[in-house]
Amino acid sequence: MSQIHVSTTLNGDPVEYLCEPDETLLDVLRDRLGLTGSKEGCGSGDCGACSVTVDGRLVCSCLVLGAEAQDREIETIEGVAQGENLHPLQQKILDHAALQCGVCTPGFIVAAKALLERNPDPSETEVRYWLAGNLCRCTGYDKIVRAVMDAAQEMRGA
Amino acid sequence: MVKVVLWGSVRAAAGGAETVEVEAKNVRQILDRIGELHPGFKDRYDEGVTVSIDGQIYVDDWFQPVTEDSEVYLLPYLEGG
Amino acid sequence: MLDKTKDPVAERDFKVVGTRPVRPDGVDKVTGRARFGADISAPGMLVGKVKRSPHAHAKLVSIDTEKALALPGVKAVVTRDDFAENKKQCDVLRNIMAREKVLYDGHAVAAVAATSATVARKALKLIEVEYDVLPHVIDVDEAMKPGAPLLHDDMITKGVDPEPETASNIAQRYEFGHGDVEKGFAEADVVVERDFKTAAAHQGYIEPHACLASFTPDGQGELWCCTQGHYAIRGFCADLLGMDISKLRVTASEIGGGFGGKTTVFLEPLALALSRKTGRPVKMVMSREEVFRASGPTASTSSRVKVGATKDGKITAGEAEFRYQGGAFKGSPVQFGAMCAFACYALENVKTVGYDVVTNRPKQAAYRAPGAPMAAFAVESVIEELAVELSIDPVELRLINAAEEGDQSSFGPTFPRIGLVETLEATKAHEHFSAPLGPNQGRGIASGYWFNFGGATSVSLNIQPDGTVALAVGTPDIGGSRASMSLMAAEELGIAYEKVKAIVADTASLGYNEVSHGSRVTFASGLATIEAARNAKKILCARAAKMWEIPEEAVEWVDGHARPAGANAGDFEPMSLADIAKVAEQTGGPISGHQEHNASGAGASFATHMVDVEVDPETGRAHVVRYTAVQDAGKAIHPSYVEGQFQGGAAQGVGWALNEEYIYNDDGRLENPGFLDYRIPVCSDLPMLDTVIVEVPNPGHPYGVRGVGETGIVPPMAAIANAVSAAAGVRMTELPMSPPKLLKAINAKKANGSA
Ligand code: FES
Ligand code: FES
Repeated sequence: MSQIHVSTTLNGDPVEYLCEPDETLLDVLRDRLGLTGSKEGCGSGDCGACSVTVDGRLVCSCLVLGAEAQDREIETIEGVAQGENLHPLQQKILDHAALQCGVCTPGFIVAAKALLERNPDPSETEVRYWLAGNLCRCTGYDKIVRAVMDAAQEMRGA
Repeated sequence: MVKVVLWGSVRAAAGGAETVEVEAKNVRQILDRIGELHPGFKDRYDEGVTVSIDGQIYVDDWFQPVTEDSEVYLLPYLEGG
Repeated sequence: MLDKTKDPVAERDFKVVGTRPVRPDGVDKVTGRARFGADISAPGMLVGKVKRSPHAHAKLVSIDTEKALALPGVKAVVTRDDFAENKKQCDVLRNIMAREKVLYDGHAVAAVAATSATVARKALKLIEVEYDVLPHVIDVDEAMKPGAPLLHDDMITKGVDPEPETASNIAQRYEFGHGDVEKGFAEADVVVERDFKTAAAHQGYIEPHACLASFTPDGQGELWCCTQGHYAIRGFCADLLGMDISKLRVTASEIGGGFGGKTTVFLEPLALALSRKTGRPVKMVMSREEVFRASGPTASTSSRVKVGATKDGKITAGEAEFRYQGGAFKGSPVQFGAMCAFACYALENVKTVGYDVVTNRPKQAAYRAPGAPMAAFAVESVIEELAVELSIDPVELRLINAAEEGDQSSFGPTFPRIGLVETLEATKAHEHFSAPLGPNQGRGIASGYWFNFGGATSVSLNIQPDGTVALAVGTPDIGGSRASMSLMAAEELGIAYEKVKAIVADTASLGYNEVSHGSRVTFASGLATIEAARNAKKILCARAAKMWEIPEEAVEWVDGHARPAGANAGDFEPMSLADIAKVAEQTGGPISGHQEHNASGAGASFATHMVDVEVDPETGRAHVVRYTAVQDAGKAIHPSYVEGQFQGGAAQGVGWALNEEYIYNDDGRLENPGFLDYRIPVCSDLPMLDTVIVEVPNPGHPYGVRGVGETGIVPPMAAIANAVSAAAGVRMTELPMSPPKLLKAINAKKANGSA
């Protein structure tokens, strides 16, 4: 079984790698490219801890093959902050203490960012249904929802 | 003499007695005295034991002092999640 | 004894404690930098994987590893033969690797280390295991019956007199209580008695177990893993591998949730054994399926509760029998359930009996307030029914009987200052209490109790030359505790929160620290942090005294400064912590404070939860529409993280109440080992979770802190059951109250034509 050569764009930078035909994008990110911010909570598309965007579309990277990234634009949690500057979502999650263990946090930030790019003014219900694919066992979601709504408001005002 | 109330599974380990009166100035002396009275108690004590003195809970703390007026309960070893 | 009137803690003015700063590890966690269990690798690393039993119960006849070892890329296989018998850790040893028998679906039988995950997976298939399948038992009541398949031929029930002559699946019988329940029931005007069942729920942490082990030829080991207690892991591993404790250094990674489930070993000894055999680092990560099949869920239970009360609501007696199965080995948390069951009430007559039962399921692991939620579900459901029968408001009924300082607890000792009444009063005062309900909605209320522990703790606080402070604690941070520790250090030293940076140190750097369990971290590590800061202040004052050439006693520490006091007051300009730190080397050397102790004085925490549930009579789906959690925190160090603990407990309780359960098929295999079929609450399942922090200071802590991590999961199931029952008009006595079950109950009621 020979490996596949892939050229892609990752968080704005050109990247090349070799991967097995059956290797997931999540494994490529974590094990080959050293980007461990995306987490594996289930490997079956049920927890959202591995959330990334592919050409702007929110996906579970555990359900995407590494080979499918060819000629795509991949965004991960590592690309959300701009240098020193945290994204408003990141800042609001911190301000609201919307994390306890924090293992779900990268997935929530990537997913919420994708939401706000489509819908800058979501209702609480819209936020809850959009984020229903991201599991958090620690917080009960209350502070996460508040942080996302607050970030949305700030981003609209800015 | 300090009156010691044995509670739950500790009671079974000390031959079923509900209370014992022992000459003791601290937790370890209590445990030693009960161990002398009930040989089976020693194992339980090695597993760890929780002592409540006047409502305050101490886990495996031998030298906590007790007096004749202290309310002393021996409880099972406590663990949480 | 305690004096309620003088309460120095309540009077105290805090400067930093009680504020809500950003946590020290926050930025790492929102940028993806934080390194969790599976986020580390090492040069030359191998991948380890576990072969697991497909049978619920079988004799392990033989294991043939030859073919697997012949596969290119496979470097080692370990089986039972690689671990020596260990009397002390007999059950732990058998749980990490089956010996004589496999005792549950998912039980480890071999582990392999290979150059890649693909090769390791192939190798697992090549390991040939011969089983002799035995009959199995899954249900707790079935397991207790005479003639049930026996897990351990030598299990003689303890705690029964006379000792039984034959083996059974009942490991131990416990009994707690005082007074005379028969007399109590005779005095009652109303008696309610009910049977209950609860399903096994998994802790459901989002991060699967993971570790990286590396063992060098000179017998030294290093282990990186996600755990609630790296010192405990070190102890287990050193013991199972037969090595000196000091030769094994364990570093706790960031931990992606634990809730009690990460307090013991699963993969760690296997990874170390594989590394020892291969001389290379070995990384092991569980799949989600493995987490469900082989790491601890909590116990499933069955119980019977009987409570009697007079017409005016005074409870005259409470009696209960609890039967908890804790999986394949003894040690279900039934005794805690039996102890906590009636802890909310001041009872003259109370008796609880508990049975610790083994079944062919994974060994249960602690789960938040282990044992208490199931008991509270049963007791608080009966209290609610009693309130309905007596036409007394459920909060009133609880207030009439609530345990207070000076009452004898149902588990024995007299209660010190506790805050149950305050949580009930706060519940009554909350706007939610009198808010109108919509159609098909019901409101439920329940209270709960959990102990609080101290335990062995070591902390080191180092003052840096620039006046900042490095604080090293040995209790893994499972929910923002580094922020709380930093707040307490800053408060005590009189400096800004930003000047303190807390880290979790590895096992070689600090003295022993007990596991982060029993809601102990903020209490015990916090207490040690305060003491360490006080020790550092003594040294800081002594240094200032030297410089001023006055006696040490003539210097006091006020607002982050050493100040001449007494006769020398005003003689010198106060020196700040930074001033003294700058010249530390010249005045005697680096300054640090440390504390090692077995913390005592932990205060118990009570909670009352109130919930509105809407039930769809067509589908049987119950939906939580409003939730308020009220709990006594003693003193909230970082209120946001205290609220977070309340909310997290409530959310987990919603899952346990409405959806979560281990489902086994007839072969004893787990049918739902994944998040799709084992459904934990998602964002759209829940409303906002309101919280009220009650602060009744714990007299055993200088700031009044009580541990808050666990009590929050004690009341929810009962509160939700009470709400569902009110909404649907049927009393639900079995968890989870999933749509099919609820619909069946609603239809049965309709069929009976009762109102
Ligand atoms: S790891 Fe991809 S959804 Fe859970
Ligand atoms: S903060 Fe722990 S899972 Fe979300």
